[in-house]
Amino acid sequence: MSKRRSAALTEAQRVSLAQTLLRERLCHQKLPDRPVGLDSQYKHLLELLRRTAVHGESNSVLIVGPRGSGKTMLLGCVLRELMSLKEVQKNVLLVELNGLLQTDDKIALKEITRQLHLENVVGDKVFGSFAENLAFLLEALKKGDKSSSRPVLFVLDEFDLFAHHKNQTLLYNLLDVSQSAQTPVAVLGLTCRLDVLELLEKRVKSRFSHRQIHLFSSISFAQYVDVVRAQLSLPPDFPDPKFSEEWNHSVTKLCEEKSVEEILKRHFNASKDFRSLHSLLFLAVSRVSVSRSTLCEADLLEASRLISADSKANVLHGLSILELCLIIAMKHLNDTYDGEPFNFQMVHNEFKKFIQRKSHSIHKFEKPVVMKAFEHLLQLELVRPVDSGVCKVQREYQLMRLMLEHGQVMEALQRYPQCPTDVKQWALSAFG
Amino acid sequence: MTRAPDVTREQRGQTKRMSVRLQCPGYPEDTLRSLADRLPCRDTQLETLLQLMGQPDQYSYPSIFIYGHRATGKSHVVLSVMKDLELPHASVDCVECVSSGLLFHQVLSAFFGPDAAALLPRCPSLSDFVRLYKQMSSNSPATQTRYIILDRAERLRDMDFSLLPALLRLQELVSDNVTVILLSEIVWEKFRPNTGCFEPLLFHFPDYSKAELVQILSWDHHPSYTPELYASYINILLGVFFSVCRDLRELRHLAVLNFSKFCEPLEKGEAKESDIHKLWKNIEPHLQRAMQTVYLREVSSVQWEQQQMDEEAATTLRVLSAHAHIELPYYSKFLLIAAYLASFNPARTDRRFFLKSHGKIRKTNFLKKHEKTSNHLLGPKPFPLDRMMAIFYSVVDSRVAPTASIFSQISSLVTLQLLSQVGHDDQLDSPKYKCSVSLDFILAISRTVGFDVVKYLYDFL
Repeated sequence: MSKRRSAALTEAQRVSLAQTLLRERLCHQKLPDRPVGLDSQYKHLLELLRRTAVHGESNSVLIVGPRGSGKTMLLGCVLRELMSLKEVQKNVLLVELNGLLQTDDKIALKEITRQLHLENVVGDKVFGSFAENLAFLLEALKKGDKSSSRPVLFVLDEFDLFAHHKNQTLLYNLLDVSQSAQTPVAVLGLTCRLDVLELLEKRVKSRFSHRQIHLFSSISFAQYVDVVRAQLSLPPDFPDPKFSEEWNHSVTKLCEEKSVEEILKRHFNASKDFRSLHSLLFLAVSRVSVSRSTLCEADLLEASRLISADSKANVLHGLSILELCLIIAMKHLNDTYDGEPFNFQMVHNEFKKFIQRKSHSIHKFEKPVVMKAFEHLLQLELVRPVDSGVCKVQREYQLMRLMLEHGQVMEALQRYPQCPTDVKQWALSAFG
Repeated sequence: MTRAPDVTREQRGQTKRMSVRLQCPGYPEDTLRSLADRLPCRDTQLETLLQLMGQPDQYSYPSIFIYGHRATGKSHVVLSVMKDLELPHASVDCVECVSSGLLFHQVLSAFFGPDAAALLPRCPSLSDFVRLYKQMSSNSPATQTRYIILDRAERLRDMDFSLLPALLRLQELVSDNVTVILLSEIVWEKFRPNTGCFEPLLFHFPDYSKAELVQILSWDHHPSYTPELYASYINILLGVFFSVCRDLRELRHLAVLNFSKFCEPLEKGEAKESDIHKLWKNIEPHLQRAMQTVYLREVSSVQWEQQQMDEEAATTLRVLSAHAHIELPYYSKFLLIAAYLASFNPARTDRRFFLKSHGKIRKTNFLKKHEKTSNHLLGPKPFPLDRMMAIFYSVVDSRVAPTASIFSQISSLVTLQLLSQVGHDDQLDSPKYKCSVSLDFILAISRTVGFDVVKYLYDFL
């Protein structure tokens, strides 16, 4: 990246600079200045953490919200502000755990030790119990003077996964410390499960403060469009003001466009979370190139097409005629027997009936050839065995279910290249 | 691949024009052009992929999921891009990874050298991997996007439950410019865990159309024949196989195997290159036979090639491939037939088939009571040992004593997996069995002992 004056920037450099900036933003690598539409939650959380960090009050809180609703982002913003306070910065310790990574309590404890920089203190000591170990760790953090010790913030991402650990030892101990007036700790859980409290054991639950912060976005469509505009706009400190002005102008105009609004409306109705929006915008932004240096309608249209494509329909498009015929046969079986599972023999029988009675474009295939086609479908997981445990049943007689909707099959048939008419008619006919 | 056939010349001209349009700043232009030439019919995919990746120093989306049928060039395109543009990447085939530790090892050693991978503890957890990765990447931060390419990603589902969700958001977890590219044949819906996860960008590689298949297959034409001849050969081949198989790799294999047969009349001087019809007549039955043998892997490619050498072997091979015959003792054959009858006939019809004086059959009643679906559709039913023995005594033509040798033959049929025992082994007094052979097999068996099994099957009444 060139660090020359703005006047010296070429067109290509300007575009790539803008792209770098936007891509970074859309990949969630940069925290926004302030979370959108979460002001009250932001204040609440900040206040709670400040009380721990400054006044040494222990606390526990759960942040609950669907995936992509901005839990981590909210926490990140709060921590950023908290850490900007001078007295906090020196004093507070932060321990970040993730349920995906620390899959059992032993690993989690090791990670805590590491993040508190206590490996050399612990050394080769052998502990009797988990609680003893944790108590030792916290003890080690106490300062020599006064009764005050350094507050510790425990962040548990994917909190629900910690509830699956054996005996919930980690949760029990952390919450126990937060209840008793020992070291000031704040336990912050992030989860997408609303029923997370049901997962906790009674003794763990009773130690939890039952403070929950819910993130359910209630933004209107107008706000949503504002967010889109803000996300796509270049900041005022962009090296080339003329370019950024042009860009921002084009983005504003783009958001007023009828078709763009339609796309955004569709996405808004499907989900309000910003992460899916970001993936849409990411696709659109990645299409900008030197030759077309502004974001245009076609980019968003194409991005929306890519995102909303039905992947099963895409897979059906690439099947051979024989495999497609088998799918149709299964669809007929599903219709006649009301969704009961079927086996290969039935499908083959249905297919044979079609060949004998109606087909003139498709010839007879040997049974093993049909079987191979059937197994390909099985491999693609378009059909699925009812119970996979039974291996004693012959392959032909293993019961299967079709994992496709009626509509999906019909739509795939419409899109299928050079589909013979008799196959189409067979699919449309009510009964095989 | 030196001389491209005429059919494709026009197409390749198009790719040339495409690649001029395919300008991606940050990558050397001539490498891109040669890349586009080497990846026929995948221009739009290549372009979209490069757009998604962006310039090497820009952030890329945390995870990209590429799906498409087998042999549509998923890994080929991605890996060629990585290799030719010399991007830092780790490519791992998930089939090779029996444990997640192997995966971590490969990724770390590809990015940071074998020394880094040696730092992993013995049974590394995901936590260890992320810690080491962070440590290493803070020493040498990424100047270019690092790519982790996981081929056959469906295998990840069988590994540790947290592996897939963690890999999908690896960029966030290690806070490094890293992108995970998953390649699979299976759609993304089958991957999503119960409580959801970070959604990757989905990207589909469509199948090749028939014209594109012809174009690609014509690339490896034989040097001693004209490209036109090869193209017409490919057309004939696709005429036979296209409705069954669209797998490029399989078609290519078949094309190579059968080409010498196609050229036989030309070499003997019986036909000229222009006699397409004559050549078609010669090769068509041959290809049909190939579908029933080589395509199903009933004969190996070597056997198939040998067979082309001499026609004599063809007939013997045909017999060999049809149904693998197992030579059984005389009574075992009857036992198997009896088991088959017991499996596929309802027990209440035994009277009718096997009793000498079964009384008057009310024929109408008997036939009208047809079950909705025949037993040959539903599969074999389990039956008790006594029933099978009773049928056995009645079908075998001589008097047989129920000796130990007869019963030992039953257990050897079970070992051969022609019969299968139902329920637990501890049922000593009346074990139940199921017959697990096909109709074709039992027909062949009964023919050898001169027994008309069809006459005794309720489904064929």
